[in-house]
Parts: sequence; structure tokens; C-alpha cells
Amino acid sequence: MTESVITTDAVTVTAVDKVFEAAAGQVVALSGIDLTVEPGEFVSLIGPSGCGKSTLLRLIADLDTPSSGSVEVFGTSAHQARVDQKYGIAFQQAGLLPWRSVAANIALPLELHGSSSVETRERVAELIALVGLDDFGDRYPDELSGGMQQRVAIARALAKKPELLLMDEPFGALDEMTREYMQTELLRISAETGAAVVFVTHSIPEAVYLSDRVVVMSPRPGRIAAVVPMALGSTASRADDLREDGAFFEMITAVREALHGGAPASSARGVENR
Amino acid sequence: MTGAATIAPPRGRPPGAAWGSGGTARAVAPIVLGVSVVAVWQLIAGSGLVEAYLLPSPAAIGAEIVEFWPSMVSAGAITGLNALVGLVAGTLIGIIAALVASTRRSLDGMLAPIVAALAVIPIVALAPVLNTMFGADSQTGRQLIAALAAFVPVFLNTARGLRQTQPVHRDLMRSYAASNAQIMRTITLRTAAPFTFTGIRLASSLAVISALVAEYFGGPRGGLGGLISTSAASSAYPRAWAYVVAAIILGLAFSLVASGLERLVSRRR
Amino acid sequence: MTQAATVARAPSRRPRTAPPASRARARAWGFGALGLAALAAFWELYKLLGPADGLVIGEVRVLPRTSDLAMPHIWETAGRLFEPVTRAEGARVLWLEVAIAASLTLGIAAAGWIVGVTVGLLLALVMQRWRLAESAALPWIILSQTVPLIAFAPVVKSWGSRIEIGAFEWQDWMSVAVIASYLAFFPVAVGALKGFQSPDRLHLELLRSYSVGWWQTMRYLRLPAAVPYLLPALRLAAANAVVGAVVAEVSTGLQGGIGRLVIQYAGQASGDPAKAWAPILGAIALGLIAAGSVALMGALARNYRRTEDAS
Repeated sequence: MTESVITTDAVTVTAVDKVFEAAAGQVVALSGIDLTVEPGEFVSLIGPSGCGKSTLLRLIADLDTPSSGSVEVFGTSAHQARVDQKYGIAFQQAGLLPWRSVAANIALPLELHGSSSVETRERVAELIALVGLDDFGDRYPDELSGGMQQRVAIARALAKKPELLLMDEPFGALDEMTREYMQTELLRISAETGAAVVFVTHSIPEAVYLSDRVVVMSPRPGRIAAVVPMALGSTASRADDLREDGAFFEMITAVREALHGGAPASSARGVENR
Repeated sequence: MTGAATIAPPRGRPPGAAWGSGGTARAVAPIVLGVSVVAVWQLIAGSGLVEAYLLPSPAAIGAEIVEFWPSMVSAGAITGLNALVGLVAGTLIGIIAALVASTRRSLDGMLAPIVAALAVIPIVALAPVLNTMFGADSQTGRQLIAALAAFVPVFLNTARGLRQTQPVHRDLMRSYAASNAQIMRTITLRTAAPFTFTGIRLASSLAVISALVAEYFGGPRGGLGGLISTSAASSAYPRAWAYVVAAIILGLAFSLVASGLERLVSRRR
Repeated sequence: MTQAATVARAPSRRPRTAPPASRARARAWGFGALGLAALAAFWELYKLLGPADGLVIGEVRVLPRTSDLAMPHIWETAGRLFEPVTRAEGARVLWLEVAIAASLTLGIAAAGWIVGVTVGLLLALVMQRWRLAESAALPWIILSQTVPLIAFAPVVKSWGSRIEIGAFEWQDWMSVAVIASYLAFFPVAVGALKGFQSPDRLHLELLRSYSVGWWQTMRYLRLPAAVPYLLPALRLAAANAVVGAVVAEVSTGLQGGIGRLVIQYAGQASGDPAKAWAPILGAIALGLIAAGSVALMGALARNYRRTEDAS
């Protein structure tokens, strides 16, 4: 991986609004979002349901367009970035094609964009090793557990060596133990590839464990309430023992307070201070 | 901002769809297509490029419809009655058979291959022997053919519907120590009903077509099938097509009524 | 010892295996044969116990006569198959005659099936590509099946006889094949369209993130996803093609096919009732063979019928 100084930010979101037309009127999903993600940085988006975090991710992926404002990826428009295949994406469901084997699923983006079969085979083998699925290359999705399916999805997202990874609650459907295991794996993988990551989650410990910065969002309308930098050392150096470290819990508390600070006064806490 | 609306991106247009015209264009499209085809057809037929017997013009067919309307109606009534009797009989037998098959695996095992075979064989080929069995002056053979044709989709769909009871509902009924009859009444039959009516909708146009085509294989004349073939045999093609139009209307009528029933039953889900 | 065994297992799951497929199939065949035997027993029982003149309610005969002329015994029908067709010199054995005619019809139906499947697939592709095409054409496609086949026979025949391209001459059997294809195209058009529209939003968005065009989405996603919908549609199309061929043979008067035999032997039923059932058995076999061949093709496409969830 080249260590040249990259001056373009991975993601630049400027004054973005997103309004949806729904049956009962307009819904302002996002309002006045400004966000920058630096190359190689791991940023989590966290917030309660309806705060627009998935919508924001979709705007970055050019799966939707903003109502106003701009989204730039590596200096070009989000649309151009999608056309140029500058990012890899993973959704909450693995979304594997059931008729393709694990290897064929990982190969999909390579096949679509005309890699030679030799290159494809080599890259797929690399990726299978990277996500720890050796010997499973010939299996089919219906033979894999949820965690393994997600690993295939992540391998697929990395197929074209993107410098930006977009992930929308990829571990949301997994049980807690598998989840923690996958988080550690993801840190290892992103350290090895050096990609920037924008990660949507609604689990506070997950956001804290994985990120350089946690972006806390609040709903109605969706906006960024706070950005909490993680004082836990670089993501490349983190390991499982971090979960039992005092600093970890302090950061969790910081994020939690930011989450509650941004929410409307809805939770009753004993004595009402009106 | 009442917050009553959902936050998730609304479904509807798939990503990247190019058409912005929306619902009215889509509703009007088939009519536009149909009218333009008829117009082009009239032009070609009227121009003399093609001989009249090869391609009767819509105008000529229309004239025949007007002139022969009464016989269209009476013939349609005969064929329609055969189709209706067949549809009703086939539906009843199909429902009962599906209920029976759902009680015992062995019965289902015996019925399923027969129904599967029935679904792929040309039922109308039975028409001549049925006419022999029931007499050459009887409409029963054709009604049986229509019944067989209707039986298959009703049986298959009802059988499917009977399997659709959700496990959670079954568990609930067991926790109430409900009897089998109660379970059947409150849950199973009501879950299966929409499926049955889908089967009836599929069976309705099949019954009409089968009743009509069966007339081609012998038996009393007088139905639409007989009139189509006699008109074609005497080279009165516009008249033959007029009777074909009657057949289409008959089939459509059956389908629409069955569709309406289906929607009525499904709406209450 | 045991805990090491349970922990070391890789987190994958094999699909739980059902009782061996061969045993289940043997059971299915066994029950099917039982069902057929039950039908035969029912037939003979009715002949034995039923009213001689059938049941006539008012003017309608609701139950058939039980005479040997109206309802030949099962064994008579079976035996008749091995006797010669006519008393003429050198006449073939009945079952052979029926088999030859059935093969001819099968060939014509196959030709009609191929044409119908091609047209159906093309229509489905067009309708998926442009929603307006779907809205405009689909109602007419559905309506097309309410038009009785027998109306087409004279039209197709006369049009065909006018086609002369070089040495190519329109044969009679081609009219039958065209009419058969008319019945075959419909299930394929509808089933293929449904299949093309079946992928869920997740997969569609995945491919959108790869910035691929309509054709590549069709090739990599929609076509494979459509296989579970196409296979029953192709089976239905095969059965329909057989029906279409039989009916078209009758209405065009094609010699040599099974449709003609059905009419011909039925006309002789007053003298030879068992003979009339032979072509019907042939037609039944025809439908089963046609549908069975397509089902065999489906067995080859096993991978495409997997779903995403672990069973």
C-alpha cells in the first residue's frame, strides 16, 4: 500500500439535506449535514432509529441523491465515485447470490468489470484467506452460518481494493459472540488494507471499539448532534482486551451522554426538571 | 412535523427507473396499444393489400356481430352453461378432495400423482369417449371436461392454502385445547379461502375454453364452438371471428366475476 | 474430551438431510400406482353395480350407461392394444399405431414449444426493460388465452400456404406447430416476467453499487433468479403445447398425428369401443412425457434453485 500523502478526503459531505415524500407529507430525513472522513479513518455513525444514518450512508454510496448540498468521494461526485467503483459496500443482510458459490460470490464485482480469470482467481484466493474462510470456497450460501455469510460479503466488498468501505449495520443480524469476533476481524482487515470506513451501527460498544471517531446523530430532523473522538489508540493496535479496559467504558459513557444530550427530552428520570 | 410518517425511504420506484410519467400512462397504455393495433388492422384489411378471406377487417367483423348478435347470445348461453356447470362441479370436488388429502398422507400420496398427471394431459382428448359414454345428444361430456379442467387449479391452490396455517396460530389453538374441528373452522379454512378463490379465478377461463374446444370433438351442435367451426367450414370468416369475439367476451366475463370474488375474499385479510 | 469436540467444530451447518430421496420417490410412485388402481377398481365397480342405463335426471344424463359399448372393461381396453388396428392385411398392432402417431404429435409439439418459449422469453425481456411495455402488453397477453384455438386453424393454414421463400414450402405440420406455440408462449411470458422481477431490493442495490447496466443486471441477477419461476412455466408450456398440437391437428385435419386418431377411432366406437380409448392413452402418455422431459431439464439446474438462507 503506497504511503503517499493523500490530500483529498475520503468523504466530504457539505450542507446536505434529504427530504422524502411520504403519504402523510414530507419527511426530513437529514438536515444540514457536514461531515469529513479522512483517508484510512474509521468513522461510525450512531443514533436512534430514524436519525438518518442509513440514509446518509446511501447518499455517500450514490444509492440515493441529496435534496440539497453535495457529497464528494475522493474529490469527485458520489455518482462518479460509484461509476469509478471507488468504494465497496456491505449491507445488514449479506445479500449473497444463492446460486453462486462463496468463491463466485466474491468474484462477482471482478467479473462484472472485466478482470481476467487468472487475476480473479488469485484475488479471490487472497480474499478468502484474508477473511479466514479457507476451505469454504466451494460452499454455497445456504450452507453457511450468518457470520460466515457476512465474511463473504466483506470479502466481496474488498474485492477491488477500494479505499473506502461503506457498511450498514453488517453485524446487526448476528448474535453477540459472533459479533465481537467479527468486530476484531474487521479491525484487522481494515488495518491491513488501509481503507477508510464509514460504519453505521446502533450499538454503542461496537461504535466505540471500531472507530477513530464516533458521529452521534439525532432524529427529527436527522442531524449530527456530536462528534466524539475516541481516545483509545489507533484502530490498528486494538485487540480484544480493549473491551475490558477502563478507557473503553469511559468512551462508551461519553458516546451515551452525547446520544442522550442530543435527544428530545422524552425520558422520564425520576424527578422532572421542567 | 407530526412524525406520523415513516422515516424509511419509501418503496415504489426501483432505483434508476427512467419513467416519470407515473400511473396514468400505465393505465392508458394497453388501451392505446389495442386501439392502434385495431386501426392498423383496419387500414391493412381495407386497403386491399391482403385478401378479405385471409384478414377480415374489424369493420366486417363488427357488422357480423351486429347481425348475428342473437345467435351469439344463445350459443354463448349453451357453452357458458356447460362451462358454469363444469366450473362449479370441478370447484366443489377440488375443495373436497383437497380437504380429504390434507387429513391423511396416504390419501394425499394417492391423489397427488393423479392430479399432477391431469394437469399435463390434453383433457379435451377425452371428449369423444365421454360423448360415447353419456350419449351423443348429451352436454354432460363437455361439462365433465370443463369440470376436470377446473378441478386441477382449485385442488392445487386449496391444498396449498390448507398448508399455509402459521405454526404460531397452530400453537395458540393447541394451548386452548381446541378440537380439530374448531381449529379447522377458525384458522385453517379462513387461511385457505383466498388461495381457493385464486384457484377458482384460474379455473374460470380454463373451464370456458375447455367447454368450447370440447364441442369440436363431436356431440350436439349449437354452442359457440360448433358455430365457429361451421362458419369457418363455409368460409364465412368474418362471422367465424364474430363468434370468436363472443367466446372472448364469455371467457372475460367468467374471469372478471371470479377475480371480483377473489378480491372480495382477500380484502378481509 | 467431549467439550473439545463441541468447541472445535467450525461454525458451518450442513443442511439437515431428509430420508434418502430414492426411498421417498419409491413411496411416491407406489402411492401413485395405488391411486391408479383405485381408479380402475372404481370404474369396474360402477360397471358392476351401477344402473344399466345410467342416471338420467330430467333430460340430463348424469351418470353413464354401464354397457360394454359405453364403458369397456379395463382388461378389454388393455387387451385391445395388442390386437391389430384393422382386420386388413398387414395392419399394425394398435399400440404401435398409436405410438407412431403420438411421436409425430410429440415432435410437432416440441417445435411449437421451442417457438413459444422463445417468443415468451423475448416478450418478458421487453416487458421487464420498459414498464410501459409491460402495462401495455400484459393485459392483451392474458386476454390472448381466452381466444379458442380452433379459430386459428384456417387462418394459419391459409397464411402459411402463401409463404414461399425459395425452396421453402409451408408444411401442414407447421400450422399445427404455430398454433401449439400460441398456447405455449403465455405461461413462459408470465412466469419469466415474474422471475425477472423477483430479486429483492438488496440484490438490486448491490448491483447498482457496482454501476452495471441493464443487460449485465439481467445476466448476473435477474436471469439466474428467474430459474425457479421458469421451470414450472416451461413445464406448463410443454403440457400446453401438447394440448395445442392435439386440438390443432383436429382443426387443420392433419394426417398422422394423434388428434386425428382420437376423432377417427371415436367414430368407430360403436363397433369397437375399446379402440377409442387407445389414442387417449397415447395422448396421456404424450403429456406426461412432455412434462417429464422438462422436469428432467430442471434437475440439471439445481444450483439455481437454492435460496439464500441456510435451510
